Amino acid sequence: MDWIAWCEKLLAQARDGEAMGLWAELNKDFYQAFVQEGRWKLYAEGVGNTLKVAVLALVLGVALGLLVAVVRTFHDQQREERPHIFLGVLNIICKTYTTVIRGTPMMVQLLIMAFVVFKSSRNLVGVAALAFGINSGAYVAEIIRGGLMSVDAGQMEAGRSLGLNYLQTMWYIIIPQAVKNILPALGNELITLLKETSIVTVIGLRDLTKAAQLVTSKTYGGFMALFGVALVYLAMVMVLSWLMGRLERRLRSSER
Amino acid sequence: MSGNVLIQVRNLEKHFDGGSIRALAGVSADIHRGEVVVVIGPSGSGKSTFLRCLNLLERPTGGSITFDCVDITDPKVDINLHRQKMGMVFQHFNLFPHMTILDNMTLAPVKLLKKGGEEAASKANALLERVGLADRAGAYPSQLSGGQKQRIAIVRALCMEPEVMLFDEPTSALDPEMVGEVLEVMKDLAHEGMTMVVVTHEMGFAREVGSRVIFMDGGAIVEENAPAELFGAPRSERLKTFLAKVL
Repeated sequence: MDWIAWCEKLLAQARDGEAMGLWAELNKDFYQAFVQEGRWKLYAEGVGNTLKVAVLALVLGVALGLLVAVVRTFHDQQREERPHIFLGVLNIICKTYTTVIRGTPMMVQLLIMAFVVFKSSRNLVGVAALAFGINSGAYVAEIIRGGLMSVDAGQMEAGRSLGLNYLQTMWYIIIPQAVKNILPALGNELITLLKETSIVTVIGLRDLTKAAQLVTSKTYGGFMALFGVALVYLAMVMVLSWLMGRLERRLRSSER
Repeated sequence: MSGNVLIQVRNLEKHFDGGSIRALAGVSADIHRGEVVVVIGPSGSGKSTFLRCLNLLERPTGGSITFDCVDITDPKVDINLHRQKMGMVFQHFNLFPHMTILDNMTLAPVKLLKKGGEEAASKANALLERVGLADRAGAYPSQLSGGQKQRIAIVRALCMEPEVMLFDEPTSALDPEMVGEVLEVMKDLAHEGMTMVVVTHEMGFAREVGSRVIFMDGGAIVEENAPAELFGAPRSERLKTFLAKVL
């Protein structure tokens, strides 16, 4: 481990105020930001937590969004028929949910979730995933609703005329067709979600961004840590968009 | 009511936009088992609305529809159960584009009649055979011509073994050369004794296959009669001018 010894020497030189070349400086900073005292473990733990929050929030957000979208669409498509009180109440709840969640900052929602609703909880990943899932659900709901409404009305009529009920028609006929229209916008929302998880640092969860902050405060230099973390986010988003692109292509090819 | 009447319609009213448009203004009609009732009339006469009310795709504003001795306009009635017995064919086919032809046909029987996949598929294949499309079972709707699509739409409805078939301008969206193949399937169906209500502009079909023709205008039935009489000796002025334009 010659390189480590060299970097340790450079660090000592830096402490003594000795000048050094750019290459030596970069090596020293890199060593300090990622290797010294096993700091890479902080980033690894951070990536793990970021992914956990993002994936859990994604699952919750899509489930919640689908539910709200179906309720809202069902309600709007029922205008002709007799008013349904239960459905009406459900629709108002869903509308209020989207209005409130979309109308308040994510950061405030996260703080409320962590320091008011679950103030005694130690499970920060769970709390963060819940906050992000609920937030994402409101946006996903609107995306899915748009997708559902873009499917030709004749499809619903054909399904219903065969005797399928509303939910069966939605599930077997409308939703599979809507998915293709939904995916691009949904992919966008997921990318936003993944990156937005970086604000979980405010509730003290050690995610990827927090790792960079911790290292920066220890080494008094943020260049390596912050750019490194930015690169990791970029890589994750690129993988995500690649996956969405593949999914889209697969769905489109099944049509023909 | 006589056991022979399958659908009894009384004083059917349908208003749109809070009553400002009266699409149906008190329509009464009986549809007997085994009968082929053809509904003709100018655009906007309410004939499609009438047909779509029969299986409650449009909810009537007033009046009653009795199907199989049950008033299906009663909100407590489970309309999904009755729709299983009323097949419907649309102007724009409305096949499910994300499913193969076979899946289009077996979806409802498997989900609703609790048929096994095998049983539903063999029934579907037999029907495909009958309309000469047995080799297209694995194709997707986008690979078919309009006439083929409509023939599939007809047999998709038949897979549910309905008691009545409702046709909403089944040939209006077709290229002229494809109209014949669809009408042929409908004729066969009529000869087998299927009860049919057909909204159409095909006067030839009405004359040849219809057991009764209903002429609608302005949301009401103006005249109804056996085809020979209705086309041969129209009584009302409105029908005379209509026939003069379309024949």
